[in-house]
This record gives sequence, C-alpha cells and structure tokens, in this order.
Amino acid sequence: MARYETVIGLEVHIELKTRSKIFCDSTTEFGGDPNTHICPVCLGLPGTLPVVNKKVVEYAIRAALALNCQIAGFSKFDRKNYYYPDMPKNYQISQYDLPIAEHGYLDIDTGGGVKRIGITRLHMEEDTGKLVHQGTITTTPFSLVDYNRAGVPLIEIVSEPDLRSPEEACSYMEKLKAIVQYTGVSDCKMEEGSLRCDANISVRPAGSSKLGTKAEIKNLNSFRALQRALSYEVERQIEALEEGGRIVQETRTWDEGKGVTLSMRSKEHAHDYRYFPDPDLVPLVIEKEWVEDIRRSLPELPDARRRRYVMEYGLPGYDAAVLTSTREMADYFEDCVASYSNPKAVSNWIMGDLARLLNANNQEITACRIKPRQLASLLELMEKGTISGKIAKTVFEEMFASGKDAGVIVKEKGLVQISDEGAIAAVVAEVIASNPKSVEDIRAGKEKALGFLVGQVMKATRGKANPELVNRLLKERI
Amino acid sequence: MISKKDVDQVALLGRLELTGEEKEMFTRQLNDILEHFRFLERLDTTDVQPTAHVLPLKNVLREDWPGQHMSREDALANCPDRDEDYFKVPRIV
Ligand SMILES: [Zn+2]
Repeated sequence: MARYETVIGLEVHIELKTRSKIFCDSTTEFGGDPNTHICPVCLGLPGTLPVVNKKVVEYAIRAALALNCQIAGFSKFDRKNYYYPDMPKNYQISQYDLPIAEHGYLDIDTGGGVKRIGITRLHMEEDTGKLVHQGTITTTPFSLVDYNRAGVPLIEIVSEPDLRSPEEACSYMEKLKAIVQYTGVSDCKMEEGSLRCDANISVRPAGSSKLGTKAEIKNLNSFRALQRALSYEVERQIEALEEGGRIVQETRTWDEGKGVTLSMRSKEHAHDYRYFPDPDLVPLVIEKEWVEDIRRSLPELPDARRRRYVMEYGLPGYDAAVLTSTREMADYFEDCVASYSNPKAVSNWIMGDLARLLNANNQEITACRIKPRQLASLLELMEKGTISGKIAKTVFEEMFASGKDAGVIVKEKGLVQISDEGAIAAVVAEVIASNPKSVEDIRAGKEKALGFLVGQVMKATRGKANPELVNRLLKERI
Repeated sequence: MISKKDVDQVALLGRLELTGEEKEMFTRQLNDILEHFRFLERLDTTDVQPTAHVLPLKNVLREDWPGQHMSREDALANCPDRDEDYFKVPRIV
C-alpha cells in the first residue's frame, strides 16, 4: 500500500459565450487589435457604473444546474482588491461570500468505479486584461497591457478536495468540460484560454484524516500540463517530507519546458484581497421560476446520454463514453444512425477513421466536410456489396478531402466492387499460373501463402475484387 | 489594535509610499476609527441581516447587446505612458 495519499481540489475558470462583457456593452469577440474592445466602464474611468449582463446570470445558473448545484436566492458581487495592472480599476469584480450557486457535484469514472466529486461553489466574475512582457515576468523592464479581455464574463467552479490522484483530476476536468459544453454556455477550449485551471494539492500519510499543507499550482493550460504538473508535485512533496522537511504553503507555477513547478514567492504578500461588497452593483434576487425555466431548457447531459446509448443502441460502455464526450460528436452519431441503423458500425467509423482524420487535420467535427447523411450512405454502399471495406476507406478519405458523396466518388473513379465470378475467375487463373511456388506452399499446408495470392488478385483488380469471392475461388482452384 | 506593521502592509497593498510621520499619523487615525466601530458594536444586531447594499434596489440588469467602443486614442489619451497600442506599466514583480 502507498504510504502517502494525495489530495487535490481544482479551481476552474470558464469564459462564458456572451456577446457583450459582464458589466458593460463592449464586445467579447476574441482577438481584435490591442485596446479596441474597451469602453469607459471596463477601463474603470471615474464616474462610470457597471451594470450586470442578464445573460451572464442566466448562463451561470445554467452551468450550475447542470453541475447539480443549489442556486442562491440572494447573491451579490464583491470587489477583490489587488494591485496588478491587469485590471485598470485595481480590483476585480467577483463574488465572495454569497456566490450564485453552491453544493454541487459531478461523477467521474475511476478504476474502482464511479466516484462522486463535490463542487463547493460556482461564482461569476470578470476576466482580466493581458500583460505582455519582454522576456520573462521577472526580468522584463516594463509590461504592456491590453484590456480587450478585461470584463469578459467568467464562472469559477471550485471543487471539494475530493480528488485523490492526477488521473482523477484529469477525469474531473474532462467531465466538467463536457457538461459545461453541453449546456452551450462556453466553448471550453483550453488552448484558447476559455477553460483554465488552478490546482490545490497536498499529500498526507495514508490513513490520516488531517489535510497536509497545500501548494497552489498555476499555469495549467492543457490536460497534459495538468497531469504532468500534479504528478511532479506529488513526487516533490513526498520527497520533501521523506527528507524530514515540510511543505510551505505557497503559489507555484508550472514550467512546461523544464517539466517542474516553481515557487512564485513574490505573489505571497498580495494574497490579502480585502473583499467588500461592490457599492456600484445592487444584489441579485433570483426568482425560483427563472431557475425552473432554465432547468427545463437544459439538454440531455453526458451521463444520461451515455446510459441511453448503451440501452437504446446496444453500444459497449466505452463507445458510449467516447461518443458522448462532446455534444457535437453525439449529435453527429445520432444523425448518422437516423439514416443508417447499425449503431455499432457507425460508432466504429466515427471513433476510428473519422476521429483519426479530424485529429490529423486538427479539425472540429462540426467543420467536417463529410456530413452524417453522407457517412450513412457510404456504409450503405458497403452493406449492399457495391464497394469492399477496403475501397470504402479510400472513398472515405476522398469524401473527407472533397465533401463529395460516396456514390459520386465510386462512380467517378470506377470503384464498384467486382462481384462477377467469371471476371474474378480469370484473374485468379492468371495469378495461380504465374505463382507456382506459392501454390505449392499452400498445397503443403502453408496457409500464409494464400494471403499473398489474395493480395495479388486484389492488386490486379486495383482492390475492387470482392474479397470473399477471391478467397473462395482461390481455394477451389488450388 | 492596528500596529505600524499593519499600516505598512496596507500601504504596500495600496501602492502608497508613506513617510515615518505619516505612518504614525495613520496608525493613530485608523485606531480611532476602530474605536468608533467598537462603540457601534454595542448595538444588538442578532436579528439584523448583513447589509449588501444601502439602496433598496435589486436585479438591475441589462440585455446582452454589444454597443459602441471608445477609440483607442481616447482610451490611451490619459495614461502616463504608452507603447504604440498598449498601456505601458512598471514591471509588476
Ligand atoms: Zn467596456
């Protein structure tokens, strides 16, 4: 048994997909020239007043309900004071003691079955601006600031310290991402920064119920970084304890290049945020009716959809989990199955060839040129025997590149499967005549040689011969 | 009791550079303010909800419509230092 137990809690920030910012009508559009998506409110100019974007509250409630949270009847905004210039006001508007939602959970799969991870709270806040440094943050002579992102709406979701390994932390993140994506309130793209994560991590002697001293790890910008940084941190902390040392409570940053976490001691004394209610914003009183309206509008969520795929389509649990991991992929699957009713075959193609091509081309399934109905008609051509499975793969690649229908490609390229016995028999006779050595081997019981002859026939017919027929004819004639 | 060390910390967080004389003055003044609140603490507030806002207002919300931006030149006009399109600030750590 391991001598130490790891305890992890995650703080996840998710950018909400609204059109305007949380407290002003500046656009939230990504990119844009520096300091062009700003106005007097998000610049914090004297005399301006923030006004809450209703959509932000709706989206926060929507995500919270999907995460099984209780929605507060009464909620307010507070100022989090600090002196980094990433906010022009010297404070960030956030929620302190009365967040919009608390007491939620989500379920993750672990080696030992399903595990429920508690969600402490979900609150709304504004994103900060972007600092550009010359060189590193500690050596740059000065910093440049772009406030385009300042005031973009975020929700922060804080988990209970229920996670016991870096793997569980990754599962939690993946599940959280899937659920929030399903609700449609965010794209949750880690690579674009619309999903971000900080981790609190500590270790303690196995069997102990007292929490060890934790470190807060920042700059976890990908699932890979999360996994690697936490694994590194577990080892670092255990090693320190084993050597008789102790863990310092501190903020550390993940250095992706070096593969280590580094202390950010300089941030320590700034951790006194002096929260107080923002006098510019009046409280929110959330009507039950509104909450119920939002609850009714929630789509089928990943867990429910996954169970349905097993029950309704008879798919293995693994397939169901992969297909429902994003709403877009699940929609694609269901659209395919609507026109071709062999769910397992559709699942194989989506998880196999389609996923491979999408990955290789760094493409989203929504941008895929093969539409679900087109994949369905390819599978039909295969089932009817018009094309072989091997040709189908070639056609599929062509469809992926051009977006043409399978039938059109098959016709244009003359790929129709040859199932005419006479035509194949002629090729078989030729192949037998020109490969006497292999024929002898087969007669001597070397089955492998048969595969070689099948290959020769397929080559001569450019892959179009019906493989079953080829096999049968070869066996008959040898 | 607020000590001079507390004043140093608050000054640091507020980016204020204080002279020794000012530090002493603020230590005294902040303690006077605390004294006043101690006086208020004598009131029985058992059944009083904490105040979230002094105005009897709630749910002041706006629709999610993007509006006009200010020009970058206007935005940068008042800043002490700039570098082309950016606000320029001293190193932060
Ligand atoms: Zn603005």
